[in-house]
Amino acid sequence: MNVIVCVKQIPDPAAPGALDGATNTLKRDGKLILDDSDAYGVEMALQLVDKAGGGEVSLISMAPNGETAGLRTALAMGAAKGVLVSDPALQGSDALTTAKVLAAAVKKLGGADLIIGATESSDGYTGTVPEQMAELLGLPSVTFAKKVSVEGGVLKVDRQTEEGYDEVTCPMPALISVTAGVVEPRYPSFKGIMAAKSKPVEEVTASDLGVTPVGWAGAGQQITNVAQAEARQAGEIIEDDGESFAKIVGFLENLKAI
Amino acid sequence: MALNNVWVFAQVANGAPTSATLELLTKARSLSSSVTAFIAGDGNAAAAALGEYGATKVYAADTGKNLPGVAIASAMKAVIDGGETPDLVMFPQNYEGRDVMSRLSVKIDKTVITNNVDIVDSGNGVTVVTPIFGGNTLVSTTFTGAAPFLAAFRPKSFAAESAGGAAAAVTAVSVPDLGATGGAQVNAVHVEETTGPKLDEANIVVAGGRGLGEAPAYAMVDELATILKGAPGASRAIVDAGWVPYSYQVGQTGKVVKPNIYIAAGISGATQHMVGMKGSKNIIAINKDKEAPIFGVADLGIVGDVHKVLPKLIEALKGR
Ligand SMILES: Cc1cc2nc3c(=O)[nH]c(=O)nc-3n(C[C@H](O)[C@H](O)[C@H](O)COP(=O)(O)OP(=O)(O)OC[C@H]3O[C@@H](n4cnc5c(N)ncnc54)[C@H](O)[C@@H]3O)c2cc1C
Ligand SMILES: Nc1ncnc2c1ncn2[C@@H]1O[C@H](COP(=O)(O)O)[C@@H](O)[C@H]1O
Repeated sequence: MNVIVCVKQIPDPAAPGALDGATNTLKRDGKLILDDSDAYGVEMALQLVDKAGGGEVSLISMAPNGETAGLRTALAMGAAKGVLVSDPALQGSDALTTAKVLAAAVKKLGGADLIIGATESSDGYTGTVPEQMAELLGLPSVTFAKKVSVEGGVLKVDRQTEEGYDEVTCPMPALISVTAGVVEPRYPSFKGIMAAKSKPVEEVTASDLGVTPVGWAGAGQQITNVAQAEARQAGEIIEDDGESFAKIVGFLENLKAI
Repeated sequence: MALNNVWVFAQVANGAPTSATLELLTKARSLSSSVTAFIAGDGNAAAAALGEYGATKVYAADTGKNLPGVAIASAMKAVIDGGETPDLVMFPQNYEGRDVMSRLSVKIDKTVITNNVDIVDSGNGVTVVTPIFGGNTLVSTTFTGAAPFLAAFRPKSFAAESAGGAAAAVTAVSVPDLGATGGAQVNAVHVEETTGPKLDEANIVVAGGRGLGEAPAYAMVDELATILKGAPGASRAIVDAGWVPYSYQVGQTGKVVKPNIYIAAGISGATQHMVGMKGSKNIIAINKDKEAPIFGVADLGIVGDVHKVLPKLIEALKGR
């Protein structure tokens, strides 16, 4: 079974976010890392291929500045190879354009039995890219997967819903998006990290893939204003001295909640 | 531009439109005199309520065992191909909404702007407003190019208000042959049993986070919520850890809550959590770290150990 995993490379989420003053988009010029959200997909793919007893995990990523650090992390976990679509023209691309680029990367790899993305990325969180890819590739999809197995060549997925979950079956080839916590991502071993250095990552541009227009030209939208939201007034902060519960009781009384 | 025809992806639960649906209809009717609700399943049961909140027309598609995303998007595309011209299609920012808008955006090759909290039609452009950085910064984005514009809105962005409208006229539309894309089939639906008020409708929410230390400690949160006749909630950290189901999650990828009182116990206040609860009228936070970001939005902040504060609070309230 061959699986392709979407891996987004993002600025370290621990660092405070900033907007590029010129374009009003999120700054993505520093070192990028593997989005945690996609680590679940990589792990899921490795486990499914392992269970199937054959096949490999390939990665696709789109990043404007030739970054591969996040891809290397996923390769160190055990993926076999990757395709990086990198092109200065991609700056400012919307989710639909991103999906077109990634769908073209899937085709370049010759497709797969299964394509995995995350429910949403940590920095962009539009949460539409995987489902858009499925439509572009003409595939069935199961989004928000919280449990995945393959039985007799058919996907069995518990799909998270607002009130519980649905049991869904789906023939392959297909695309799924996985939620955080679906599996426990492994830490790359030292051997894995060393091996990742020599694994192939092919770098292509959007136009190599035949996807145009991209970036601002393809976005169908334009940022027209950026403003600060009204801040909440700071309240009263007290250290617990053993009696602070009474403060809460008084607060609730004042609001006639009790 | 004038929005002559606005569509809303409508959802029903237990036969009634969801609150997110009514919020979108309320906003839609302020933007346009022609509002159409597009619904999966039986439109007749919901036609009165949808009409009351501003829909003049309902398109209902029987999606069968298909996931609604691909089925509803295909039905929408078929109606557009049939000659109808929506200028704007509004979606709730939730699981089903996301699937439908993603599929539709590809089918009609239009961008979709997600995570919005407002929309303005200035006459020469339609602009949506999206909060980023935990809601501290608001970004306005204007659609360029030709309609239809696709936009998704976070729940509770608009207040739902009845317009007293008559029942909407229902038209059944069929789902076109989905081919390979329709391969996913729902075989069983599991609904978690809950008691007490719904998390996103409760007047009081008591939410717990990783600071509770371990899963059994969540019982304190549950108990406090019950005493206050509120709903229990959670940060994603303890949902991912399996302490409580996903339906408890508050935040960017969970529920948006705006109760009168929100009590956060052992929650740090990550930006993704804050976007789901910052709109609460009154916020009480208990956290042992006085630098925790949650204190930045708290009306009453207790720097202390949840294992000391909560039992005493519960005891005091029980004694009343
Ligand atoms: C794409 C994406 C989406 C996300 N969506 C959501 C979402 O919808 N909702 C959400 O909540 N999170 C979401 N997150 C996760 C978010 O970033 C945080 O990781 C999460 O909110 C942290 O949960 P927490 O506050 O319980 O845990 P922590 O951040 O670990 O905080 C625990 C807090 O408890 C305090 N504490 C420890 N012991 C005690 C004690 N004995 N008494 C009192 N206080 C104590 C600590 O000081 C600390 O502040 C998302 C993340 C990503 C990347
Ligand atoms: N630039 C990208 N490169 C690789 N995968 C991506 C990219 N953007 C989005 N994805 C995939 O789509 C998911 C949802 O992204 P988003 O729509 O940004 O929330 C991500 O978690 C990834 O799995």
